[in-house]
Amino acid sequence: MTLSKRLRSDFWNLPPLRRVTSLRDEVDNLFSLAVGHLANATAENARRSQLQESWFPPVDVSEDKDNLVVKAELPGLKKEDIEISLHEGFLTLSGERKEEVKNEEAGVYRSERWTGRFHRTISLPFAVVADKIAATYNEGVLQVTLPKAEEAKPKQIQITVK
Amino acid sequence: MNEVLQKEEQAVAPPPATRERPFVSPNVNIVETKEGYVLEAEMPGVAREGLEINLEENVLTITGRRVPDAGVVTLLYRESNPADYRRVFELSPSVESGKITAQIEQGILTLNLPKAEKAKPRRINVN
Repeated sequence: MTLSKRLRSDFWNLPPLRRVTSLRDEVDNLFSLAVGHLANATAENARRSQLQESWFPPVDVSEDKDNLVVKAELPGLKKEDIEISLHEGFLTLSGERKEEVKNEEAGVYRSERWTGRFHRTISLPFAVVADKIAATYNEGVLQVTLPKAEEAKPKQIQITVK
Repeated sequence: MNEVLQKEEQAVAPPPATRERPFVSPNVNIVETKEGYVLEAEMPGVAREGLEINLEENVLTITGRRVPDAGVVTLLYRESNPADYRRVFELSPSVESGKITAQIEQGILTLNLPKAEKAKPRRINVN
């Protein structure tokens, strides 16, 4: 906690640039790793996003009996700025957040939000029904629901003991 | 310097013993115009009902709690942080606290913090 506090206090003297955000994330990340709150996947994501220096929205993949569900955190986009495509077992989410029209007289205090393009590709763990994929976008979270193909669903086989 | 945020408190508050979910600090953009300040905070997964905005003296606290996941699902891969959002700001005395407005749309909380009349820049004519 002391490490995180000491480093943080210095940041407020820096100009509100992207660098501040990534530094802050780095410290958060170090701190969280030390405490062990975050899953490895999250830490890996944070490291990669710093390397790429571009917008790398976090993606969660889960499944239930009938569907594979992919969720991506994409706050503040317009529906028409999100593209979803499926190609040979790879689901691609991409899109762009356009920078809002800058008011010449506005002074910027903090600028931590990402703008620009993002691109994520997920390898699907099993076959899905391509023409029944549905997507919703609520509260800044994109949710893509991909119904499992018949052969990917769990089956119960009755075996008669003789 | 006339900063809207003269000081920012430790954003990640230790969760009280009764809560199991930790807080993360949302990313924000803040701009100042002649009329006031506009603060935008990224809180994906938070609906209107999950928002809590408190102003005590000149300390503004924004808290966003995520909509809980519905249904029984098995998580295969997770990159998102399973945490709620909280960040604390100290407002400039020039903000007219009674006129602060807030709205949330697609995970972006927008706060309008208008300046008090006396704090707005004005032109003084010399006779």
